[in-house]
Parts: sequence; C-alpha cells; structure tokens
Amino acid sequence: MAGANGECQNGAVLDQWHPLGAIDEAEPNVVHVTRLLGESISFAVTPEGRSAVWRTRGDLAAGMPVDPESVAGTLPSRCEFLYVWTSLGDPPERSFDIPEFFEPDRRNFNACTIGLRTSAPRAVENFLDMGHFPFVHDGLLGSEPRTEVVDYNVHVDGDTNEVWATECQFWQPAASATATEGQMVDYVYRIMQPYSILLYKSCPAAPERMDLIGLFVQATSEEHCRGHMFLSLIDDESSIGHIRRFVQTIFAQDVPIIENQNPKRLPLDPQAETPIRSDRASILYRRWLSDLGVTYAVIPAA
Amino acid sequence: MIKLYDYVLSVNCYKQRLMMSILDVEYETVPVDFFPGWEHKGEEFRKINPLGHIPVIDDDGYILWDAHAILVYLAAKYDPSGRWYPTGDPGLLGETASWMLFAEGTTNTASAARLCVNLGYDFDLEACQAGAHRLFRVLDEHLWFREREGREWVCSGAHPTIADIALFPDVVLSEEGGISRLDYPALRRWTDRVKRIPGFEGMPGIFPASRGVEV
Repeated sequence: MAGANGECQNGAVLDQWHPLGAIDEAEPNVVHVTRLLGESISFAVTPEGRSAVWRTRGDLAAGMPVDPESVAGTLPSRCEFLYVWTSLGDPPERSFDIPEFFEPDRRNFNACTIGLRTSAPRAVENFLDMGHFPFVHDGLLGSEPRTEVVDYNVHVDGDTNEVWATECQFWQPAASATATEGQMVDYVYRIMQPYSILLYKSCPAAPERMDLIGLFVQATSEEHCRGHMFLSLIDDESSIGHIRRFVQTIFAQDVPIIENQNPKRLPLDPQAETPIRSDRASILYRRWLSDLGVTYAVIPAA
Repeated sequence: MIKLYDYVLSVNCYKQRLMMSILDVEYETVPVDFFPGWEHKGEEFRKINPLGHIPVIDDDGYILWDAHAILVYLAAKYDPSGRWYPTGDPGLLGETASWMLFAEGTTNTASAARLCVNLGYDFDLEACQAGAHRLFRVLDEHLWFREREGREWVCSGAHPTIADIALFPDVVLSEEGGISRLDYPALRRWTDRVKRIPGFEGMPGIFPASRGVEV
C-alpha cells in the first residue's frame, strides 16, 4: 500500500489529491523537489503542461534536467486548476469541479504560494472565518465598529460531500484590488477536500457574477504547510502585480494570527475550543473532517 | 515625487516606506511582482537596477538602490533636523554606520529565514536561525545596557537614527522565520518604542502598538 512507510498513515488523507506547486512557475523538464505529508516528493512538468510526480530519489536530484514522460515508478498526478496535484494513496478519478474556471473572460493565476508554520486545516479554517476581518484586515476586508457577522447558512452537499457556507455577507471598506469605496459583499464558501477551500465573492466588475479565490493547502507535515492562493477573477483593469499585492497583503496579515494558534494541529473535539455563533462554518468543517476519518494534521476527537 | 519600486512583503522595501512615512515624505509605489513573478529578475527591471533587486527609488530622475543606502539618502535629504542621519556628530555618525552594518547581518539571517519559510527560498534555514539568535543576543544585551543609561535607541543619542529603521523590520518579523523573541525582553521593549515613533507605519504581519490608556 502506498504511503505505508511514510509519516502519514491516514487513508482519508493519503487518498486525496494534494497540490504541489503552480504549473506556470515550474520550469519545464526540470526536477522540482517539495514535501508532502512528511515525505520528500519530486515533480516535473512538460512544456505542454503534463506532469510526473514521484517519491524523491537520488538519481533525479533537484534542478536536474528530466523528460517527465520517461520517469518510471511515478505517483498519480494531474495538472488542473493551475497546479500540479498528486496523491500518495488511491485517489478518486475526479477531484472537484470549478466550471467558472473555463469561462473565457476570466483571469486565472496563482497569487502566491506561502509557507506557514501551522497545520493545513488551521489555514483552511482561518480562510473560512469572517469574524477576524475588522481586526486583522482593518481598512481592507473590514473595519471597526462594523464587526457583525450576519447569520449565514451551512450544509454538506449530499451529492459531492462538500461543505458549503452560503448567504454570507460582510461590510468591507476595500473588498478587492479594484474597489474604490466600502460595500456590503456577498460570500459563499465551499470546502471541496479536507485541505482545499474556495471562496465565491461579489465581483465589482460584473455584479451578477462571482470572483473565485481558492486556498489549496499542501500539508508538508502535520504542523507545516504551503498555501497556494488560486485566483479566477473578472478584472481586465488591474495588473497581475497589483492584484498580487492586494492578495498577498491580506495573506501576510493572517500569518502571525494563524501561526500563533495553539495547538497547531486542529482539534476536532467539539469541547476543545469554544466556538461562537459566527463559527458555524468551522464547527461544521471540524465535524465533517471527523466524519471523513481525517486524523492527519488534526487532533481527533476522543 | 519619489517613486519606490516596491514589494509589499519585502522587509527592505518596508524600511523605505517606514522612513518616508516618519519623515512625512510624499512618494508613490511601483508594485514589482517579486513573488511569484520574479519581475525584478527580468530584463525590463534590470534596466532600472542591473543587479535585479529591490528596493530602488527614483527621486526625480536620481536612481538609487540598496536598502540601507536609500535610508542614508532619504534621511540626509529629507530630515532637516539632521537627527536621523547625524552627520553633524562624528561619534554618533560612526555608531550609526556600525549598526547599519550590523543590520546587514540581521537581514541576511533573520529576514533570510523568513524568505525560506514563507517564500520557499533554498537557504540553510537552521544556519539563518542560529545566526539571527547570535545577533539578537548581542542586540538585546546592548539595548538592555542602553536602557540602564536611560537611553531608548540603538545609538547613544536621544533621538532614533536610521539604524533603528534598518534593524526594526528584521527583528519584528523574525517569528515568521521561526525565530522567537521570547528570550530578548529588551529587544521587545525597543520594538514597542519604534512602533510609537510619530508617523510610524506597519506592514502586513506587524501588529500595531497597543493603544495607551486615555485619561
């Protein structure tokens, strides 16, 4: 069984698709080395955007030229939604859908890949939380005294087994790179996999459509991760540098908050940390992780 | 107006934003897609700085790079009181230069560790962290003795200098590189004093100083 000798023994996590890096940022036909679930993992992409992923080995060191299609003994891999993905177990045929990604007028790109000294689910949970906006992202995603998180709905989709938080609303002084004034912003959160979350957010350029911001987290170990920030925006005005600056500012404001949460692994016992009313999404997220049998990077309920 | 070629998460760029904010100098930023775009390594940007690094300022056609050199220039030109870069006091000026060189060390250790952890730079993380602790120990002791003399800043004058500005970002963001400041109480008190300098501006990852109690 794959993964049997690795640090992670948790089938529910091994069988998932995990992101390794942005396809565009990996020089083609060269070995790239990263970490996943406590193991050293190597990958390479072809100029056409096909990938090969394997457990790191001596004859293919980082930076060496390689024809990805000639590598033997590879792990499952796919290039999808901007990133190279792999699995250390038996992954499902399909991971998840993002139909909006294929709309021709969208700009899809990686905003950044940032390493965090905390567990993957802590990063997902922070991304899911609106309550911290006025305090951590003052002047951008929130502002005192408008701190109220209006009631919203949460459910697990029966067909896809994804967590959804819908009808979320928050007042934001500068909701996006193009915002010029404060506005009430609509949010929908969607957790597709234990460590992958997508946010649908009111789009200033097209009121009837949504911008998509994803956080696809690569659990490098139980208490370390890399967050890949996926963007699919309707915005033909801003430069990529301008948008990245906006998104990275917000991400970096979160870093000290996330890294100071202890324990670093996410406790799934409902008694472990005290939620408030606005935490309904994270309560469901934690219960859903338990139901999926996730034990890696979390502290399972007793 | 001064143009600052800037990356929002760069400590060396932040040093310039902080200095200009304190000196109340008007400037505009030109965002450089440093990460993950590596725009500063591209052909276009190398026409501005052939070394391919930021920050760079363009002050009405006068181009200057290297973070600590820019601080010297900004203070010399835009601080009429002459206190931030104390050219009128040879002793103090020497101290300032000495601690500016020390700050090269904190940038190459503490801030390098942060690049490793956050942006995946391929440095020797443990060596960076160990180097930062060695320097923090020295700086903490130094500041502790300064406090005993009733002095608040890195150099011996009554007013902060560009050395404080050069050191502050490397120190205050060290936790992001896995370098705890738990063992350096004088260093922590000094970061709070810097945060209370009039005109202080933070950057993502820096908590503002707590508000004083209003009476």
